[in-house]
Amino acid sequence: MFGRLSLDILKHNPMQDMAVVGMVLSGLGLIALITYLQRWKWLWNEWITTVDHKKIGIMYIVTVLLMFFKGFTDALMIRVQQALAVGDSHGILTAGHFQEVFSAHGTTMIFFVGMGMIFGFWNLIIPLQIGARDVAYPFLNAVSFWLFAGSGLLMYASLALGHFSEAGWLAYPPLSGIEYSPNEGVDYWIWIVQIAGIGSTLGAINFLVTVLKMRCEGMKFMKMPIFVWSSLCSMILIIFAFPILTATLVMLTLDRYMEMHFFTAGGGGNPMMYVNLIWAWGHPEVYILVLPAFGIFSEIVPTFSEKRLFGYMSMVWALIMIAFLSFIVWLHHFFTMGASPGVNAFFGVSTMLIAIPTGVKIFNWLFTKFRGRVHFESPMLWFFAFLLNFTIAGMTGVLLSSPPVDFQVHNSLFLIAHFHGMVIGGVLFGFFAGFTYWFPKFTGFFLSEKLNRYAFWCWFTGFLIAFMPLYMLGFMGATRRLDHYEEATGWHPLFLVVAVGAVVIVIGGAIQFLGLFWSIIDRKNNLDHTRGDPWNARTLEWSIPSPPPIYNFAILPVVDQIDPLWAIKRGVAPPQHKKYEDIHLPVNTGIGFYIGMLSMLFGFGMVWYMYWLSIASFVGILACLIVRLSSKEKHMIITAAEVKATEEALRRPV
Amino acid sequence: MKPLVVHHTDTLEAHPDIHLPDTHQDTFSKAVLGFWFYLLTDCLLFATLFVTFVVLHSSTFGGPSAQELFTLPLPFAETMFLLFSTVTCGFALLEAVKGRKNSAVAWLAVTFLLGIGFIILEINEFNEFIQEGNSWKRSAFLSSFFALVGTHGAHVSAGLIWMAVMAAQVYHFGITVDTFRRLVIFSLFWHFLDLVWIFIFTFVYLIGVLS
Repeated sequence: MFGRLSLDILKHNPMQDMAVVGMVLSGLGLIALITYLQRWKWLWNEWITTVDHKKIGIMYIVTVLLMFFKGFTDALMIRVQQALAVGDSHGILTAGHFQEVFSAHGTTMIFFVGMGMIFGFWNLIIPLQIGARDVAYPFLNAVSFWLFAGSGLLMYASLALGHFSEAGWLAYPPLSGIEYSPNEGVDYWIWIVQIAGIGSTLGAINFLVTVLKMRCEGMKFMKMPIFVWSSLCSMILIIFAFPILTATLVMLTLDRYMEMHFFTAGGGGNPMMYVNLIWAWGHPEVYILVLPAFGIFSEIVPTFSEKRLFGYMSMVWALIMIAFLSFIVWLHHFFTMGASPGVNAFFGVSTMLIAIPTGVKIFNWLFTKFRGRVHFESPMLWFFAFLLNFTIAGMTGVLLSSPPVDFQVHNSLFLIAHFHGMVIGGVLFGFFAGFTYWFPKFTGFFLSEKLNRYAFWCWFTGFLIAFMPLYMLGFMGATRRLDHYEEATGWHPLFLVVAVGAVVIVIGGAIQFLGLFWSIIDRKNNLDHTRGDPWNARTLEWSIPSPPPIYNFAILPVVDQIDPLWAIKRGVAPPQHKKYEDIHLPVNTGIGFYIGMLSMLFGFGMVWYMYWLSIASFVGILACLIVRLSSKEKHMIITAAEVKATEEALRRPV
Repeated sequence: MKPLVVHHTDTLEAHPDIHLPDTHQDTFSKAVLGFWFYLLTDCLLFATLFVTFVVLHSSTFGGPSAQELFTLPLPFAETMFLLFSTVTCGFALLEAVKGRKNSAVAWLAVTFLLGIGFIILEINEFNEFIQEGNSWKRSAFLSSFFALVGTHGAHVSAGLIWMAVMAAQVYHFGITVDTFRRLVIFSLFWHFLDLVWIFIFTFVYLIGVLS
C-alpha cells in the first residue's frame, strides 16, 4: 500500500529536523492567517484559478522567492561547512547530508529560481511589450505554472520526507544508478526535474506563439523590443533543448525502475552517453537563463541613459549567434572524458567563438551610455556590477575553454567561481535589476531606493569577497564538493574569507527581503505619481496605467519603430486608433491547478513506489484534460463603455 | 496552413459558431502553429532516443543482435496498419471539411481499429521477445530498442484515447469550429506518428535485419 514509505522517512539529523519543524509551522501559520483574514475564497477566485498572465507572473515570482530561500540556505550551509570542516573538525554536516545539500542547491537554483524567474518575467512583460491583451494559450499558461509549483512542492517534500539526491545537480550515472544510489533521493530529483521541465517546455511553446502571432500592428520582427528578442531566442533554445532532458531523464528512470541498461556500468550500458546527453541540454540551459537577463539590461541601459539602444541590429544578430553556438559547445563540460584532440579542439574553438557576440553586446551597452544622460538609479547599479562580474567570469570562461587549461582546473573551485560569476553576476543581478525596474509597473509604487542601494553594495562586495578567493583556491588544487580537507593544504584562510563574503551577501539578501515588505507597508510614500511611466521609459508596457487593467491595452497600439512610447512622447508616432471596443477575455478555471497538484502526487507515488497513487493521479490528469478539451471555449466580455470608464478612472491624475 | 481556408467554406459559415468572439486573435492558426512546435519537441524526444539506439545498438552484451532477433514480415504488417490508418484519418478530416459528421465519425472508427491492430501486433512482438528471454533487461541494445519502439507505441496508445474522445465530440457536438480545430490538430499528431514509425521501420528493423 505505501510502497517503501515507512515512518523511518521522518528520521533526520537535528538540523534537518529544525528545518522541517520551521517549514511545518510556517505552513500552519499561513493557513491560520488566511483563515483568520477569511481570504480562502479570494485566494481561489483571484489567484489559484486565474488565467491572467499578469497574476500568473506574480505567482511565479512569489514561488521563486520561496525556492530562493531554500537554495540560499543550502548555499550558506555549504559555505559554513567548508569554513569549519578542516583537520580534526568535521563541521556541521555529515558527508551524506553535505552531498544532499549541494545537490539540492544546484537543482533549486537552476530549475526553480532561474527558470521560474524567466517565466515570471515573460508572463509579466512580454504581452505588455508587444502590445497584446493576453498570451496565446492562457489555460496552458496556468498548467505550466502549476506544474512548476507542484514540482516545487515536491522539492520541499524531499526535505521533510526521506532524502534528496546525493548525486549532484546533474546526477551522473553510474553513481545515480540504482546500484550506487538505491534510496529515494535520485528518484526525487528525477521527478522534480521531469515535472518542472515539462512545464517549461509547454511554457516556451506558449510564449513563442504569443510572440510570433500576437504582436500589435506594425511591430515587425526588427521593431520588437530587445527583451522580446532575447526571450524569443531563449524560448527557441528551450524548445530544442528541453526534450533532450526529458528523454534523458526517461532513460535514467527506466534504468532505475525497470532494470534497463542505458547508463549502467554493466549490461553494455554507456554512462558517457548520459554525460553527453545531459550537457546537450545543459549548455543551452545556461543561455536560456542568461539571454533574458541580457534583454533586461538592454531595456534598462537605454532608459537610464535617455538614449536609443546602440546597435539594435548587431544586438539581435549577437543573440541569434549565441543561441546557435550554444548547441555546439556542450563537450567543453567534459574535456577530461577522453575525446580525441581533434574533437576537444573543435569544442574549445567553438566555445571561444561565443565570446565574440557576447563582446558585441558589452560594447553596445557601453556605447549606449556614451554621451547619454546616465541616471544612477539602483537598476543601473546592478548593471555596472553585472558588467564587471560578467567580464571577469567571461574571461575565465575563455580560459577554461582551452582544453589543456581545463585539464588543470577541471571540477575545481576555479570552475565554481567562473560559473557563479555568470549566474550571480549575470543572471541574478539581471533579475534584481529587472525586479526593481518593473516593480512599480505591477504595483503602482517603488521599492525603497535607499534600501535597494544598501542591498546592492552588500551583494556586490559580498560577491567579490565570496567568489574571487575561489579562483585562487582552484589554482591551489581545491576541488568542488569537498565536505572536509586537511590543514596542510593551506586552504583554510581563504575558505574563511569566502565565508565572510557569504555573510555579507546574506546581509544584502536580508535587506532586500525586509525592503520588499517595508516598501509595501510604506507604499503611500513611494507612490508612482506618473501613474504608469515613472522612469521616462521607451517601450509599450509603460504606456498603460500601473498596475495594468486586466485587458492591458484599452486600445491596441500602432508601432513603427523600436522605441514606440518614446515616439509617442516626442509626437513622431504613427496615428493611433482612437475607438474603444468590446474586449473578450478567457474565464478562470481550476483545471490547471488540479493538473499541477495531481502531477505532484504522481511524482510522489513514483518516488515511494506507491504505484496505485501514480496510476490514480495519471488517470485524474487524463480526466482533467479530456474534460477541458471537450468543453466549449468560454469568454467573458468587457464592453466598450466599461473599458472607457475604467481607463478614464485609471488615467485621472492623483 | 491551408485548412484556415475552411473558415470561409459554406459548411462552416452556416454554423453559428463561426461568429467567434475576437476573431483577430485567430484561435485556429495559433492552435495549429503551437501544435507544430509541440511536434517539434516530440520530434527531438524521438531524435534523442534514436541517437541512443544508434550508439547502443551493437552493445548486445552476449544477447541477440538485431539481425538475430528481428524478422521483416511483422514490422511490415505493422507499417501497413499504420500507413492505412493515416489514409483513413485523412478521409475523416476530408469528410469533416465537407461537414459530414457521420461519415467523419465512421472513418475515425476505421482509423481506430487499424491503430488497435498496430498496437496488438506490437504487444505480440514484445511479448514474444520477452518469452524468449530477450527482455529490456538483457542488454543495452534491447533497452534502447524497447524504449524507442515502446515510446512510439505509448504515443499511438495516447493517440487512440484522443481519437475516441474526438469521435465522441464530433458525434455529440457536430462539426463546429472547436471540434474541427481539434480534429485538424489530432490528424497532425497521427500523421506525425506515422512518420516516426517510417524511421523506426527503416533504422531499427530494415537496417537491423539487412546489416
